[in-house]
Amino acid sequence: MDSGIAPRAIVAGHGALPDGLVSAVDQITGRGNALIPFSNTGLGREEIESGLRDLLALHGVKVVFTDLPGGSATLAARRVLHDTPGLMIVTGVSLAALMDFVFCAPDMPIEQAVARAVDRARSAIVSLVV
Amino acid sequence: MPIALYRVDDRLIHGQVVVGWGQPLDLGFIVLVDDAVTESDWEQELYRLGVPPNMDVYFTSAADAAREIAKYASDSRMGMVLTGTVETMLELTRNSAIPISAVNIGGIHHRDDRTQKLRYVFLNEAEERCIREMAEIGVDVTAQDVPSAPSHPLKDLLGGDAG
Repeated sequence: MDSGIAPRAIVAGHGALPDGLVSAVDQITGRGNALIPFSNTGLGREEIESGLRDLLALHGVKVVFTDLPGGSATLAARRVLHDTPGLMIVTGVSLAALMDFVFCAPDMPIEQAVARAVDRARSAIVSLVV
Repeated sequence: MPIALYRVDDRLIHGQVVVGWGQPLDLGFIVLVDDAVTESDWEQELYRLGVPPNMDVYFTSAADAAREIAKYASDSRMGMVLTGTVETMLELTRNSAIPISAVNIGGIHHRDDRTQKLRYVFLNEAEERCIREMAEIGVDVTAQDVPSAPSHPLKDLLGGDAG
């Protein structure tokens, strides 16, 4: 990974998915360092929340991508959001969303980068029938 | 319809509960038994957001759940009773208006005072005592995180070896 890229978001979710998504982003774009993976595996409710809080504080990021809207990572992120003004949570994370996000210019307002990534991710879901 | 599953899970409502068990059991509702959540509108809103629109969540204290369990068990839909601790589940099994024959330990995660029993079950001595007591009053206590995983009998929870 390119160490010159500053972290911009946390990718939180189940099992190996966060690591896998970040690895895939890095393989395709070389910008995996913009994302910090965080798995809920083996963690209780409080540990997931404190883990997220620690990562947000350590890296100074304001965006958390999560997988399931009702999953434990999302619920923990919502707890953090409750007392963290400016934090943004994006559920249903996908490779398309993350790839768009890491290519947003560093000076683009983070709200705009998130909105654009969500739009691109939605449009990347297509059903192909032969 | 009888309650399909009595589950202890310290994450309360999350993916394994709503999707992992909820879909194969065709759950229509979850009874979340937790005194703290019952007293907090914000916590209840948080957990409601975690379930699909076709699934209801009822929040209740352990004492009220024990009294009202027959009402939930007579619902025409499949239901799950969910607690965050074995202490709460023991209180429910002791005081329930209808007998509870089986309890599923679904997830009790690492804490400094706990010893690992299974990949997803860590227990301290007090929690082990609660599980023993449930077994002594006739409850079949097993551990199983998701329906497709093996169900571990009581001896795997109290034997001391991490599986």
